[in-house]
Amino acid sequence: MVPLLYFQLLGAALFGIGLYGALARRSAVLIILSIELMLNAVNINLIAAASYLNGIGRFAAFDGQIIAIFVITVAAAEVGLAFAIILRMYRNRGTINVDEINILKW
Amino acid sequence: MWFEQIVFWALAAVAIGGALGVVLVRDLFRAALLLATVFVAVGGFYVMMNAEFLAVVQILIYVGAIAVLFIFGIMLTRDVQRGNAPNRLQIPAGVISALLLAAMVFTAVTTDWTTLAGAGRENQAQIAQTQAVGIPDATELTRAGLSAEEVESVAGSGLADLLIGDFVLPFEAVSLLLLAAAIGGLALARGRGR
Repeated sequence: MVPLLYFQLLGAALFGIGLYGALARRSAVLIILSIELMLNAVNINLIAAASYLNGIGRFAAFDGQIIAIFVITVAAAEVGLAFAIILRMYRNRGTINVDEINILKW
Repeated sequence: MWFEQIVFWALAAVAIGGALGVVLVRDLFRAALLLATVFVAVGGFYVMMNAEFLAVVQILIYVGAIAVLFIFGIMLTRDVQRGNAPNRLQIPAGVISALLLAAMVFTAVTTDWTTLAGAGRENQAQIAQTQAVGIPDATELTRAGLSAEEVESVAGSGLADLLIGDFVLPFEAVSLLLLAAAIGGLALARGRGR
């Protein structure tokens, strides 16, 4: 079996890439895309822990998978809401570049 | 053994390459399609980690719903032509991500995960007590007259058992959250008036 460490390193790599995307891009859509990447990285970690540390101490069977299910559900809700906000933003301001949305700035 | 390694490295290449593409490619539409391939690769990892149900959920929800919603949103906001320019924070963002990545890799490599998980062992009796309502184990089931196939299918239902058992409150709360998000999304996208 592939060691647990590989999956954790993979999750870390995906999370780092997602964080870079969320910080360095202009488009609001791409920021949401990057957040989804980070959520996926977290899910990989959770499921790897559930599968490899299953039955050791506090890690009961399937606990990590349950949390991953909730992460997926919340991600779906978040994307729906985020796109509603992005559509409003586009209709009101004509752009979805986050550095042009500065109405809270004085 | 080596087959699993090959599958892992192939999927890892697809996932990391796709993720890099998502954050670096200029065309937003391509970024969304690359993200869908990353989701499929991550679903493959779930299968490797014996989480078949989650792999199916991943394909259905992420690839089937979320990726399509992304493409829909990109089309509606017509930002495809203008592309996906990076902002001025590229270098600080890269430094911060690299630092966080280094910290995560360091933690993952230096921590002894099995010992850490075993540290909860003194609470084992208590855990066993709280999970007393769980599914009966294989020997009990065969004694009750179930065939080997049926025993296996019951053992695979642990996820559903937990979801409707111990985790029923978050389960209901998340359904409320989805309802609120759906209504909120409708209200936001519809705008005021009319």
